[in-house]
Amino acid sequence: MQPVEVLRIAWEAIGKNKVRSLLTMLGIIIGVAAVIIMIAISAGTEATISDQITSLGSNLVYVSSSFSRSGPMMMMVGNSGGLVYDDATAIADQISGVKGVVVEQDATETVKAGDISLDSIAITGTTPDFISVRDMTVLDGRYFTADEIERKTKVAVLGYDLAQELFGDADPIGQSILVSSSVRMTVIGVMAEKGTVGEIDYDARLYTPISVVLQKFTRTPFGRITGDQIRMIFVQIDDSANMDNVILQIEILLAKRHDVALDALDFTVTTQQDIIQTQESTTAAFRSLLAWVAGVSLIVGGIGIMNIMLVSVTERTREIGVRQSVGATPTDIRWQFLTEALLMSIVGGVIGMAVGIGGAWIFGTVSGMRTVIVPSSILLAFGSAAVVGAFFGFYPANQAAKLDPIDALRHE
Amino acid sequence: MKAARTIIETIDLTKIYGMDGISVAALDGVSIHIEAGEFVAIMGPSGSGKSTLLNILGCLSRPTSGKYILDGEDVSDLDKVQLAAIRNLKLGYIFQSYNLLPRTTALRNVMLPLLYDRTRKTPPEKREELAKGMLDAVGLGDRMQHQPQELSGGQQARVAIARALVNNPVLLIADEPTGNLDSRSGEEIMSLLDTLHKRNVTIVIVTHDPIVAAHTKRTIHLKDGHIDTIVHNGKTSHQATKEEANYAAS
Repeated sequence: MQPVEVLRIAWEAIGKNKVRSLLTMLGIIIGVAAVIIMIAISAGTEATISDQITSLGSNLVYVSSSFSRSGPMMMMVGNSGGLVYDDATAIADQISGVKGVVVEQDATETVKAGDISLDSIAITGTTPDFISVRDMTVLDGRYFTADEIERKTKVAVLGYDLAQELFGDADPIGQSILVSSSVRMTVIGVMAEKGTVGEIDYDARLYTPISVVLQKFTRTPFGRITGDQIRMIFVQIDDSANMDNVILQIEILLAKRHDVALDALDFTVTTQQDIIQTQESTTAAFRSLLAWVAGVSLIVGGIGIMNIMLVSVTERTREIGVRQSVGATPTDIRWQFLTEALLMSIVGGVIGMAVGIGGAWIFGTVSGMRTVIVPSSILLAFGSAAVVGAFFGFYPANQAAKLDPIDALRHE
Repeated sequence: MKAARTIIETIDLTKIYGMDGISVAALDGVSIHIEAGEFVAIMGPSGSGKSTLLNILGCLSRPTSGKYILDGEDVSDLDKVQLAAIRNLKLGYIFQSYNLLPRTTALRNVMLPLLYDRTRKTPPEKREELAKGMLDAVGLGDRMQHQPQELSGGQQARVAIARALVNNPVLLIADEPTGNLDSRSGEEIMSLLDTLHKRNVTIVIVTHDPIVAAHTKRTIHLKDGHIDTIVHNGKTSHQATKEEANYAAS
């Protein structure tokens, strides 16, 4: 029989039981849509994370304390107190190829301006390079200087939204604010809007010299002896080709300052690339898990097809007998039922593709989560649907092909 | 007048069904000879082996032993695929319940054998033309797009006859074609078969009904798996049958 006729017969058979066929296809539709949506969600998450990491600035190297060597015991014993503020200054002063060094120390305090008092405002103590490394701009006034850090001058630069909340339309520059009910600061600038990146709302923060934060808000008992402890130093490198060289220089410098061996560092140096890769491997694992879960629903859909095809073969035993009596060979019969199963899963796959693409879009819009439709996921889902159809269609088709014409014709 | 072609030649056909170690011979040494253009009835009580014989003659099953030569070709030992091709090219069936495909138009039902034809490869437009011609010939030209459930029993029988003939078979096999019909429709179908017989179509019909058998020129009575008597116009002679066939063919 010609393939066109086989297709036509399969199509007619599906059309004769519309509701049943649709319900059967539903398994495949859900499976395919699930694969596409799940992958779209994880790809969206992945893209968001990598955007966030890059938006922190480019050519960044992160120096952070290793917890294993900077715990309380090590601090008591000694020579190493983890990263301190002076390490950052040393990197900036002594290593070539460094474009900027940023240290951050966060605190959460009440901020008061006139009658307005705001609780739990994030205070970021940092260095002047912060704005260039983080790719931010000052809208009004100015940012603080290295000199002001040195002298621990109590100056504040407000995030855009914070300035609006505290001063409304009034000009905040030169105004005085009270932080933590005792520290009086002078507002010297307002940042341009940056928005929220990586769960940090840059517009709702107050930026001040790190020395002020270390002295006033996050004092530790050992601060005076070991130097002010910090969690992380961000180093921006002027040329990415220089990356490895600068990392090595940082390691040598800090090892010397901390008096530790190069093979037993009490800090780690990570590049942005490392972080992106780590994130990617996590989300890739997450993605393949989701894909497997979705894949299982495809298999369940396939079992549905097999089930209905077996019912169909039984129901249409007489039809099979008639076809055999007018000359259909076992191969003809096998192809007929296999085509029917395949066609159902392919049609289900196409509908599932539409549902998946639409669903991912709707999900992204409604939940606000970013979803990225991955073209390969569509191919994967569709391909799996076809394979599932062929696989689960084969057994019923074979059962049909094995029927004896006389038994089939006698079947009631 | 040319000599008649032999359509069916069976030699000592046996069919043994084995069940639980007990074997039952449904057919036990049946030899028949039917020539082109003959109209033959097979009668017999149930269990006489007439269905088994019909299945073998229709190439739906194979004999346990013996030979079946159909239209000059030994089909006793053909495999499933070869038998399917023989059924497609040389045989037409009219089943007792007609076995039309449900929810399929009369036209598509009649086209069915053409779809499975691998030898002649009738092109699609030709297939439709042939099927339409066949439906016209059985008087259903205005019912082509009707589905079986929209047709009367007699009309369904006509569709079945059209389907059986569309591939231009050498042998038409009918299994109780009037069994499900009222006597008037039954008569109509029998007269249609008579017409086909006059056009020299070879027909073998299985029936319980002596009136139906009376339409044929020869009746083979089976009993317990072998031929009991062969009745031809009241006589029991093979020779007469041949003469009659020749006469009918002329």
